[in-house]
Amino acid sequence: MSVEPSESSASGADGSPGSLGMRWPELLMAAFMLAVSLLVIIDSRRVGTDWGDDGPKSGYFPFYIGLMLAMASGWILVSQLRRWSRDTEVFAEHEQLRLVMAVFVPMVLYVVLIFGIGIYFSSAVLIGYFMLRHGRYRYAITLPVAIGVPLFFYVVFERWFLVMLPKGPIETLLGL
Amino acid sequence: MEELSNLASGFSVALTLPNLGYMLIGITLGILIGVLPGLGGANGIAILLPLTFSMNPTSAIIMLSCIYWGALFGGAITSILFNIPGEPWSVATTFDGFPMAQKQRAAQALTAAFTSSFVGAIFAVALITFLAPLLAKFALKFGPAEFFAVQLLTFCSFIGMSKEPPAKTIVSMMLGFALAAVGMDMVTGQLRMTYDMPELLKGFNFLIAVIGLFGIGEILLTMEEGLSFKGKTAKISPKVVWETWGEIFKHWKTFLRSTAIGCWMGITPGGATPASFMSYGMARRLSKDPESFGKGNIEGVIAPETAAHAAGTAALLPMLTLGIPGSPTAAVLLGGLLIWGLQPGPMLFVEQKDFVWGLIASMYLGNIVGLIVVLTTVPWWAAILRVPFSVIAPVIIVICAIGAYTVNNSMFDVVMMMVFGVMGYLFKKLRYPLAPLVLALVLGDMAETSFRQSMLLSQGSMAIFWSNPLVGSLTFVAIALLVWPLWGAAKNLARASEARAEAA
Repeated sequence: MSVEPSESSASGADGSPGSLGMRWPELLMAAFMLAVSLLVIIDSRRVGTDWGDDGPKSGYFPFYIGLMLAMASGWILVSQLRRWSRDTEVFAEHEQLRLVMAVFVPMVLYVVLIFGIGIYFSSAVLIGYFMLRHGRYRYAITLPVAIGVPLFFYVVFERWFLVMLPKGPIETLLGL
Repeated sequence: MEELSNLASGFSVALTLPNLGYMLIGITLGILIGVLPGLGGANGIAILLPLTFSMNPTSAIIMLSCIYWGALFGGAITSILFNIPGEPWSVATTFDGFPMAQKQRAAQALTAAFTSSFVGAIFAVALITFLAPLLAKFALKFGPAEFFAVQLLTFCSFIGMSKEPPAKTIVSMMLGFALAAVGMDMVTGQLRMTYDMPELLKGFNFLIAVIGLFGIGEILLTMEEGLSFKGKTAKISPKVVWETWGEIFKHWKTFLRSTAIGCWMGITPGGATPASFMSYGMARRLSKDPESFGKGNIEGVIAPETAAHAAGTAALLPMLTLGIPGSPTAAVLLGGLLIWGLQPGPMLFVEQKDFVWGLIASMYLGNIVGLIVVLTTVPWWAAILRVPFSVIAPVIIVICAIGAYTVNNSMFDVVMMMVFGVMGYLFKKLRYPLAPLVLALVLGDMAETSFRQSMLLSQGSMAIFWSNPLVGSLTFVAIALLVWPLWGAAKNLARASEARAEAA
């Protein structure tokens, strides 16, 4: 399952200038759901949708779920195409999308970073980045918060509740 | 009165010092969750759930349900002081709450909101106290067909009552069912829809979905507004509380009406949000002075808050007695019960008496503790909202990531949380409702099992769903709710063609 591409597919042609219209995201979401329904139906057919020796087979229930998903998303898809030229609704302003990406991209990098250096240092980097870049704080305020919050979580989780969180090479070096 | 003696023994379970401590912690965390954007009742509880696995189930559910009460109270603070609904059900509270704050009547508005919440909840808890045992006893006679019919009723009413287009509600719901079916089939042991990915063997965990959809999705939405919080301040003095109480109890009719709306919408899975709007609308329509609504009428605060809290509480009634949650938050609590090995449903009232009555008693106590806590600590919560979003947002992202990881100690879940986050944002923007997805994801296995068992009983004949008056009437109501929007659409269509005929 991949992230839907509707955010990147900017189409400035529709809606008011400087905004992304509703019709492309709407269409792509419906198409995505239709694709999901096909996955469900195909796999249900594979495991069997009929009656087995000991009752309904595994695909019996999901098959109808997939069918209903296909019908509903197909309906949205078709009705979206039918009112294509009349649809001038706005999905979001470009400025709004920029703000959303300004938080989404660091979020994705944060998750990638957790794989590499563990959750504590990644969290410090994320909080530090946000405070410096978006909050325009001075280092004297940023650093204590960026280090203090992960430290607090470390104490709560690893020491208090004995729940282990992902750690990386830096923690190993520190002997934690 | 068997219920009263049960309730008394419940109080003896809930009224211990550690449990009162958990209540206080729960309420405080809950208000914090309700006040912060991106953290709400459902995903707040989902994040904290893994930390309670080692606790005794009664204490754990008391703490978690108190988080729920706290979140319901907390939503009112941001609505009134900042004109930002912290929770969807407090949107209607902003209509008159914020104008009151602008007129220097913030303290009165807050007192009215908290008191109404309290009244709504207490009535709903009383309803649970007396109705739950009866309903549970009644449901003991249920077979798989009846259970499936009740579930059908739940899902059909979502489609019929939803304000979003029915096709989108169905898509959201069916996606939930499909995701619930991924992984090992418990009956045949066969793998379904894993497409050879080992990470999918366990299936999709609804806690991850809730954290992503409501947490990450909400952060993305909030960011869109480019939020900078600018709000009013308020201090509540005992004198104001006393005077406001004197004022609002003149509106006892509004209280009663809103409680009734809330309880009804909570038991049928309408949920707190539509209940609050409906109640606000009714109060305005029946008021002698409808013009003053939206300009700071105290009744406009009482009505939605009472209904939202009553609905939020009443949602626990079908959750406990039938195992069918009336709201996403109730669904998360249900998931918690399952993880502790407690199967919600009629048997719970027979086998786990201490637990059930301890929980019901804690609902009374939790709301009393909650009322006292919010009334005394309002300025402090308002101060938290002054912390800029550039600090709060990354901290909430970190909390969500930790919460998602701790469910199964798996990084794949953190990645899935991000995917669900994007989906939550897109769903909200494209007006797909989120609640049916979550409910279907939680109930999917249960619905499938009861459907298959009914099919086994009837050898594959659908006629089992109207084989006796009980199951037949449940199925009938379900289908009636389902075709409800069709009726409306048909009327619109008729009107449109009439208009066209006239134009031509």
